[in-house]
Parts: sequence; C-alpha cells; structure tokens
Amino acid sequence: MSKPGTENQPLRVAILGSGPAAFYAAEHLFKQTGLVVEIDMFDKLPTPFGLVRAGVAPDHQKIKNVTKVFDGIASHPRFRFNGNVEFGRHITLAELREHYHQILYATGAQTDRRMNIPGEDLCGSHPATEFVAWYNGHPEYRHLEFDLSQERVAVVGVGNVAMDVARILSLSYKELAATDIADYALEALSRSCVKEVYLLGRRGPAQAAFTNPEVKEVGELEESDVIVRPDEAELDAVSQAELERNPDRTIQTKVKMLQAYAQRAPSAKPRKLTFRFLVSPVELRGDAAGRVESMKLVRNVLYLTDAGSVSPKATEQFEETPVGLVFRSVGYRGVALPDVPFNERWGVILNEKGRVLDPDSHRHRVGEYTSGWIKRGPSGVIGTNKPDSVETVNCMLEDLEGGAVLQPARPEVAAAAEWIQTRQPQVISYADWRRLDEMEVAKGKAQGRPRVKLTSIEEMLSALGR
Amino acid sequence: MKVSNILATKGTQVVTVRPEQTLKEVVRLLTQHNIGAVAVMDAADKLVGIISERDIVREAARSDDVLSRPVSAVMTSRVITGSPHDDVKAVVMTMTEKRFRHLPILDHGKLAGIVTIGDAVKATLNRYEGEIDTLQAQIGEG
Repeated sequence: MSKPGTENQPLRVAILGSGPAAFYAAEHLFKQTGLVVEIDMFDKLPTPFGLVRAGVAPDHQKIKNVTKVFDGIASHPRFRFNGNVEFGRHITLAELREHYHQILYATGAQTDRRMNIPGEDLCGSHPATEFVAWYNGHPEYRHLEFDLSQERVAVVGVGNVAMDVARILSLSYKELAATDIADYALEALSRSCVKEVYLLGRRGPAQAAFTNPEVKEVGELEESDVIVRPDEAELDAVSQAELERNPDRTIQTKVKMLQAYAQRAPSAKPRKLTFRFLVSPVELRGDAAGRVESMKLVRNVLYLTDAGSVSPKATEQFEETPVGLVFRSVGYRGVALPDVPFNERWGVILNEKGRVLDPDSHRHRVGEYTSGWIKRGPSGVIGTNKPDSVETVNCMLEDLEGGAVLQPARPEVAAAAEWIQTRQPQVISYADWRRLDEMEVAKGKAQGRPRVKLTSIEEMLSALGR
Repeated sequence: MKVSNILATKGTQVVTVRPEQTLKEVVRLLTQHNIGAVAVMDAADKLVGIISERDIVREAARSDDVLSRPVSAVMTSRVITGSPHDDVKAVVMTMTEKRFRHLPILDHGKLAGIVTIGDAVKATLNRYEGEIDTLQAQIGEG
C-alpha cells in the first residue's frame, strides 16, 4: 500500500477533543506543504473550544479572542467538526481504526486533584472545576447547586482558576451581568450572601501562580475590598534570597502589588476578598448535619529543595476559620479514556513526546497520539498547547514518513460521515455551531452582553430546529 | 510549570544500572536509548548514584581499560535529586549554576524519571512561546 497523504489517498486523522491542543494540532497538520490531510474533529459537547468556552472566566472575554484563530483553522475545506459525539459512548477505538490512519487524543484534564484531608467530602466542599464549569454553562454541570446563602467562602489554591473563582464570587451583579456567565449562574449569584472570600496559598506571595493582571483586577472591584495581611505580604528570608539570586521582574511586581494592598485602608465595600499566604488546610470540620462549618489551617514555613524550588513545610501552629463553603483548586487531572493506556501517576495518557505507549511493551501504539493537558498534565496558558501539539504532530509526520500508520479498511471521507451519522444522528457540524454562535451573540447583544450561552444540549438542538 | 509536566511525556520506563555492572554495559545502554546518563540503583532499588557520558570520558582519560571498570568506581554518588513538584524554572537555574545536566526525580522515595537540562530548557521555551502566542491572540494578531 502506498503512503497516505496524497490527493488520491489523503491522510485521515481523527482528533478527539476540540480545545486549544486539538485546534493547534489541526493547524500544524494543515500547514504541511505537499501533505493532503482530512481531519475529523470530535467533541462530546455540541460546542467546540474546550476550556476556552467552559473554563476561561466569563469576565475575561479578551482571552476568548483566540477562538478567531480556531475559526480560521476550521474554515479549511478538509476540516470537519463532529460535536455531540462522545468517544466510548457513540464511537469506539476499534471503529476509529477502521476509518483513520492516525488518532489524536486531546481531551484535556477534566477533573480536579483532591486535597486528601479529613472532611473534604462534607456538604459544601466542592472542586473549583465544578463551580467553573457551572458558571460557564457547561451542559453537564448546569444542574449543580452551590449554597450561596453562606457568608464565608474559602478557595484553596492560588492559581488563576482559584483567582477566577474568588473573583466571580466577589463581583457585583452589574459586573457579572456584563459578561457571558450562564444565565442561571447570574441569577443564583445575584442572590448570593457571600461577604468574605479567602484565597489560601500554601507558599508565599512570590510563589503564587496567579498572574499580575489578575492581581491588579481584584484591586479594582466595585463591591469588594481586597485584604492582604501585612505580615504575610512580607517576603520570608528564603523567598527574599531566591529573588535576589534569580531576579524576576514579574514576581517583583506581583509582590509589590500585594504589599500595596496590605497597606490599603479598607473602604466600606460590602464584600472582602482576603489573600492568605503560608497556610494549608489540614481538616474541614462539619456540623451535625454534615455541612462544612470551619476549616483548620496549619501555618507553613518555606525551605529550599535540593533542586532549588521553594517548598512549604508545616509547622505546629494551627488556626481555625469559620467557612460555610469551600472550593478546592489544587490542580486539574486527566480522565482515562476507554481502551487508551493511562499513566495513573501523572493523570495523563501514557505517552512519550505525544506517542501513546503500550503499557506492557512500552512500544508506541501505532497510529495513536496525544497532546495538550491529557498529554503533559495541566500547565501553562492557552498558547502553551501550541508547541506541545507541534511536538506531537511532528511525531505523527515522522511516523507517516516511516510508514508506521494504521491501515483503515474504510478511509473515505463519506464512509466516516455515514458511520458517524449512524452512531449519532444528532451530530453537530461546524456550520451548526456557527449558527448557535450567532444566536448566542445576537441574544447577548440585545442585553448588552458578549453572548448569552445556550447551556443544555436539548436547547441547542431545538435552536437548530432539530 | 512543574517537573511532573516534563515526566508526563517521557513514558514510565527509566534506564538504570547496578553499581557492579561495567562501563561497557553503560555505554551500550546510552547508545541504545540515545541518552546521556543512567541512574544507578542498588539491589533494594534505591538510587545510589548517577553515571553520565562525562563521567565515562573523565575515566577514559586516566584509565586504559575504562570499559571494564565497574559503575561504582566511576559514578557520581552524591546526587542532587528533585521531586515532581519542583518548579521547572528553579530546576533550570540550579542545573545551570551547579553545572550538572541530569536530575533524577524521586516520587515518594522511588525513582520516577530523569529530567535533563535539555528537557527543562525546552519546557521553559515552550512556556515563553505559549505566553507570547496567547498575548498575540488576545490583541488580535494571532
């Protein structure tokens, strides 16, 4: 059999997932001169873009501009989007092997890491990822309920996700109503009784993962004062020495901003967003009904590891803080896909530079690849997925060159389209998505919002007249 | 970016040798796997050293039968190790300052992999490239 990738015999690639890693992989494949490639992209949701739609905070519309880049990639005549089609439910790996030379898993990290402390599963303690998916209108999370009648909330973690959650809980109705937050979330948050939000970092201000624009933003909230304890804003000796050894303007700016907040006299805004540093939750305590009512924290000190990073070490000093709602945001984790080798230790698909490995032989499973968070674990910003996907696609091209591809029995585009239609008659095309997109934006325009999201699959199908 | 993000794309197999093996075997492993160093493990699977191309070259300069020498005589036994939670940025800094190129990573006392200076620099470059790309997309130049 001759090598695929020609006009007569295009290379057939299936991409599972439609977030940044998926689109950047498609882009790099289409960029190859002399390679004819037909890409079918699948997503279990009817809508594309992964965490750009369901993760990026609704008040950060600029970050979502990247979807224009994705629209450009999707406009390629040899690209097809198949939304509302779930791997393992509608389609299987065996079937993909019938239709494609190469399969790329780019399904992201869909669950959160646990804190592994007593009381973590008390009523009122949630993964931040669920709250994020809820306020962003993810169809699988829209039915969740969060007890916003509580006045004190703790967000565990100091990454941008933790910061998003803390900020969303602190925004005024007016601020929220200017975003594309899900309607039901806007309604629920408009009745929120939250007065105090704590953001808890186990290390100090110099090690916090949130970025400077996020720090600046929380100093300008309409209805919430930002509070930093002066003693916690001061750098400890270890951090100070590290920053002198390895000066970093971004970190210095971040620390300065936080120290400036520590000097601010609180105004009389109805809410407070309080940063805490050098503390780790060790236990959540509940009332008789099993609801979170307080959190026990241990104070940490910092030390330098052999490899040079600044790490926390627990002391014997404890404190207890009353909280009625807890969101943990201590990292995302990938979910195993049916029939695909998984590396439990890191929560990713078992891979080497994006080539999926067989768990027994440690050899490459021909035709199977991965990119994005399900390949390397959660890290970086949206654009970090570009070099990551390029690395994987380069492996795909190398293997194509070496003849190591699957030999699908039915590689024709029409055959796959027919099979997908049989498995999921309600498949959503990119043209369908563009119509949904226009409807959302139009509805938003009428209300002075960037868009009003459709948040259930039934709603989306009926909007398309199905 | 954490060390675990680098190890996640390196499979689960780590090439190791025992202290009593010869440099001949090490050289074969280095060539076969196209790597620059291997971890040295004792019978209890505890990390006792690391042996790199550089160690072997140094030994070759002073010994005529370098390839028959045992690993234990040539390896570096005072090894700096890292953890999956270490920051990649700090790791790059430490490896550059202390001039070593292979960092064995221990996860709960067990060897989880080796991060090379090349891995760490590549991850750092990808991070910067990604940040630039994201900013460009935000201002509509993507």
